[in-house]
Amino acid sequence: MNSKVLSIKTVVAIGIGAAVFIILSRFGSIPTGIPNTNVETSYAFLALMSLLYGPVAGLLIGLIGHTIKDAVFYGAPWFSWIISSGVVGLLIGLAASRIKLRDGEFGGKAIISFNIIQVITNAIAWFLIAPTLDILIYAEPANKVYIQGLVAGAANIVTVGVLGTLLAIAYAKTRTKKGSLTREL
Amino acid sequence: MKHKILSYIHQESPIHRLTGAAKLIGFILWSLTAMITYDTRILVVMFILGIMIFLLSKVEFRYISFVFYIFLLFLFINNIAIFLFEPMQGVEMYHTKHEFLHIIGHYSLTAEQLFYQANLTLKYLTIIPLALLFMVTTHPSEFAASLNKIGVSYRISYAVALALRYIPDIQRDYQNISLAQQARGIDLSKKQKLTKKLRYASSILMPLIFSSLNQIETISAAMELRGFGSQKRRSWYHERLFTKADYLAIMLIVLLFVFSMIITFWDGNRFYNPFI
Repeated sequence: MNSKVLSIKTVVAIGIGAAVFIILSRFGSIPTGIPNTNVETSYAFLALMSLLYGPVAGLLIGLIGHTIKDAVFYGAPWFSWIISSGVVGLLIGLAASRIKLRDGEFGGKAIISFNIIQVITNAIAWFLIAPTLDILIYAEPANKVYIQGLVAGAANIVTVGVLGTLLAIAYAKTRTKKGSLTREL
Repeated sequence: MKHKILSYIHQESPIHRLTGAAKLIGFILWSLTAMITYDTRILVVMFILGIMIFLLSKVEFRYISFVFYIFLLFLFINNIAIFLFEPMQGVEMYHTKHEFLHIIGHYSLTAEQLFYQANLTLKYLTIIPLALLFMVTTHPSEFAASLNKIGVSYRISYAVALALRYIPDIQRDYQNISLAQQARGIDLSKKQKLTKKLRYASSILMPLIFSSLNQIETISAAMELRGFGSQKRRSWYHERLFTKADYLAIMLIVLLFVFSMIITFWDGNRFYNPFI
């Protein structure tokens, strides 16, 4: 049905990406010292994967990765936050389709637009979608879930902004730039 | 640093014999029911049923106890947080107020709040036995096959299979890289400053991510050579045909779903209210 959207490479990127996301969210979260607020390195990785493999891969890495993570480590999937993870992957992939990270382009302009995109995306996902779904599905008290969303969202914005940007810069350095060869006459 | 994760355990029981697809459909409907309803009567029945199904599976409690305790801790913290943030949520929901004990300010213990939080806790407790069971009684490869069977595109099913297959590998990579970096002198102890912690974390992150990106190239080349995706359908080595037991299980759970929805929305409200 969607053989063009889901090339073999995308399928593999989703599978491996989800596995890395799961491992990072289990072992790669760094406590900040503020209770219940962690630097979740997995979201920096998710942003990188969305940049590299596009919105569909980002969406599915978020959905599959978060579902399996919840299931194997906590025993029960938390659907409102799973959907938000998927949305983060999807929106970053959609909005950042003009950044050609594969061609080694990640300079000043791309860094700024990537960060604007990630701030908006994370805000939509964690300030809006996650708490709203928490209320709809689990009928939890509004101000508790909104504060949870605010804290998690702010932490994720900082994480993706710092670590995500660093990852993308490091990746861009490994690629050969388009048109970097000059012809010797 | 050995961390346990929940994984398939081979055993013989009626639950293990059900096909993955039947269990998946059953689990989805079950959690849907538990999520939608706030009717205490249904939740209690489902909770008891859940425990019965768990006993039927003959899975020993010690295999899943570590996850269960983490979950209980989470439930406990969540309940406290709810009470701290919104001690009157129950009163708002059930429109009455039976106060037991006034604590301070607008914090007081009401029957409504206790009832609401008991319901919320019960909701999670009905989902957890089946979720745990699904994880330990379904073989990962069969799980992918059953995703395909219930209509998920086989490419996505295959991606899920890949993820499940590679979790242990990536975990091993992570630990190797972490040990190697520690041997080179990074300090992963808790007392470091946050900026240092971040720098050390990225010294593990970078090699892990770049080696995984390489792995993506290798695996997709191998799959391309074997012609993955050239056909509209694919067969699965672990796929099993439905038996009578599968149909029976699905029927029972559909019945449960329909009944619960009827009872829940009988009076036009998700919440069962004993106070009026």
